[in-house]
Amino acid sequence: MVDKLNDDIGEEKRLQLWEMMLKLRLVEKKAYDLFLQNLIKGTSHLALGQEAIAGAFGVALKQGDYTFCTYRGHAHTLARGSSIEGVLGELMGRQCGLMKGKGGSMHLTDVDNGVMGSYAIIGAHLTIANGTALASKYNKTNEVSVCFFGDGTTNIGAFHEALNMAKIWNLPIVFVCENNLYMEYTPIHEVTAVEHPAADRAGAYDLDKIIVDGNDADEMLRTAEKAISKAREGKGPSLIEAKTYRHSGHSRADPGKYRPDEEVKDWMENKDPIKNYRAKLLDFNINEKIISEIEEKIKDQVEKATEISMASPIPEIKEIYTDVWANGGSEWHN
Amino acid sequence: MAQLTYRASVSLAIAQSMRKDQKVFFIGEDVGAAGGVFKATVGLLEEFGKERVMDAPISEQAILGAAMGAAMTGLRPIAEIMFSDFLAVCWDIVANQIAKTRYMSDGQINIPLVIRTANGGGSKFGAQHSQSLENWSMMIPGLKVVAPSCPSDVLGLMDSAVKDPDPVIFYEHKSLYAFKEEIEQTDISIPIGEANTLHEGKDITIIGLALMAQRAKEAALILRDKHDINAKVIDLRSLVPLDLQTIKKSVIETGHVLTVEENPRLCGWGAEISSLISEHCFKNLKGPVTRVTTPHVPLPSADILEDNTIPSVELIVKEVIKKLKGE
Repeated sequence: MVDKLNDDIGEEKRLQLWEMMLKLRLVEKKAYDLFLQNLIKGTSHLALGQEAIAGAFGVALKQGDYTFCTYRGHAHTLARGSSIEGVLGELMGRQCGLMKGKGGSMHLTDVDNGVMGSYAIIGAHLTIANGTALASKYNKTNEVSVCFFGDGTTNIGAFHEALNMAKIWNLPIVFVCENNLYMEYTPIHEVTAVEHPAADRAGAYDLDKIIVDGNDADEMLRTAEKAISKAREGKGPSLIEAKTYRHSGHSRADPGKYRPDEEVKDWMENKDPIKNYRAKLLDFNINEKIISEIEEKIKDQVEKATEISMASPIPEIKEIYTDVWANGGSEWHN
Repeated sequence: MAQLTYRASVSLAIAQSMRKDQKVFFIGEDVGAAGGVFKATVGLLEEFGKERVMDAPISEQAILGAAMGAAMTGLRPIAEIMFSDFLAVCWDIVANQIAKTRYMSDGQINIPLVIRTANGGGSKFGAQHSQSLENWSMMIPGLKVVAPSCPSDVLGLMDSAVKDPDPVIFYEHKSLYAFKEEIEQTDISIPIGEANTLHEGKDITIIGLALMAQRAKEAALILRDKHDINAKVIDLRSLVPLDLQTIKKSVIETGHVLTVEENPRLCGWGAEISSLISEHCFKNLKGPVTRVTTPHVPLPSADILEDNTIPSVELIVKEVIKKLKGE
């Protein structure tokens, strides 16, 4: 039962979260459709089923804060306010893409919205996120840096180097482990010495052990807000382990057959963050008409953005040779 | 007019950059309180304090990651990797992240940082603390590669490296830390990408970098005094950007070229120079480009073994005579 009298979140923020999560879901679904139509090449790593984590942080963060995500980063990029056509256009290799086709699905970057890049080498971005956090401390400003990564990342060296440095220098940063139970194709527990891959390591760096249901959008929002406030107040880093599940395989090439059917069914039917949040909104007596109107609005936005992306020109070949250097070019000798 | 060592010029160069720009900070292992394992950063902590001179844990990935992230926001970090060999443990951050992020982001992100590192042999430290690794970074698009051969170049090139909007790897040669030079003015700037002529001559062009440039200069003095050969010695100072025009001009004059590299032969920078010369100056060549390198072996430790692995002044002299006189 929901406690309507002691509601710390409120209708306005809940609807904001609902709209955000729905956008992430519908854009990822559209990306999948475009793949099937061969309009998106290369690979993609969809975050279907994990929307509550990116969504909650999207709602909780302020303009000026920095986020870093992985190659599974479409949702986290959209959650900061990047345009849908910027994301889909990049996946499709069009000029309207965030990086005009230079980066692709795994490297979405949108500095104007604080998206400091999507990183495709496991662990690297934890160390880089420390750098923007260090800059905030150095400049005595109060931005917060947030770094998202998967459970598999907890077994690479950069994870441990980054946590130690963040702690010793008391950096304003939040590390968010999205534990979707599988390191690519392998169950994470089969390759990890501890039960909770991130949270059980927190103590080694004098950090609190934080485990949250990453599919419960309200809990995720509370956890995000608390960690962000802590960082903003100069009280140092946090490491959050959010339990979640991806609805699709690891990447485009993976049908995810290594997962038991019953397990997938349970997460899809009983633990889907979007389905459950819609029910929760109704429990809080939010008018279903408002909920449906948001759904229609987002569907319309996604369709329009898809049209814009498909109509956007492909990059010019001369772009190959631009922007290696700050002078805009790629020359390496005179 | 004061005499300055290469070692002292490093700390002075960093200090001058930090005095000029509050955005510059310095991070590395044992760089602050200890003044660096080569004592090349003595006095910086005392002058600038802990906020700008940061002693880091043995975490090369975290050091360069933090420097990169800070640079992405517009700060201008100088990060030290104690021995260039240790770049291998953070090569992902260098080659995949620092080098490629500007391009992948379609120019949204600049990374104005300097990675300075102690490079090269001569100290009998063995194969994991003595390598010359300029060519590792040369082959990655997005990295500028600088290797000064004397104190004034350290001062002038560091000034440019810190001001550069792109990432610069600054290779300091361990065997040059004690090298002394009379310096008139310390606050100088030398553009990155301009080679320097260490010795004039029209018989042959010798191209070197860092310690090898200094050895080539010594060889040129012997060739002039004892063998009546006038060699032009070009100190490249940077591999990226490369001053091809200075090389071309000299090759057109001399027709003979010798490159001197401290790295093993395979895929050394001299191979690229040789290729460029054959593309641009083939008709001016009077013979093949000769490359003097270390053999294709890890660097051994014992005096006699290391000394006979790294190209010496005597070897350069011998190779030039063989080339020009067939002896």
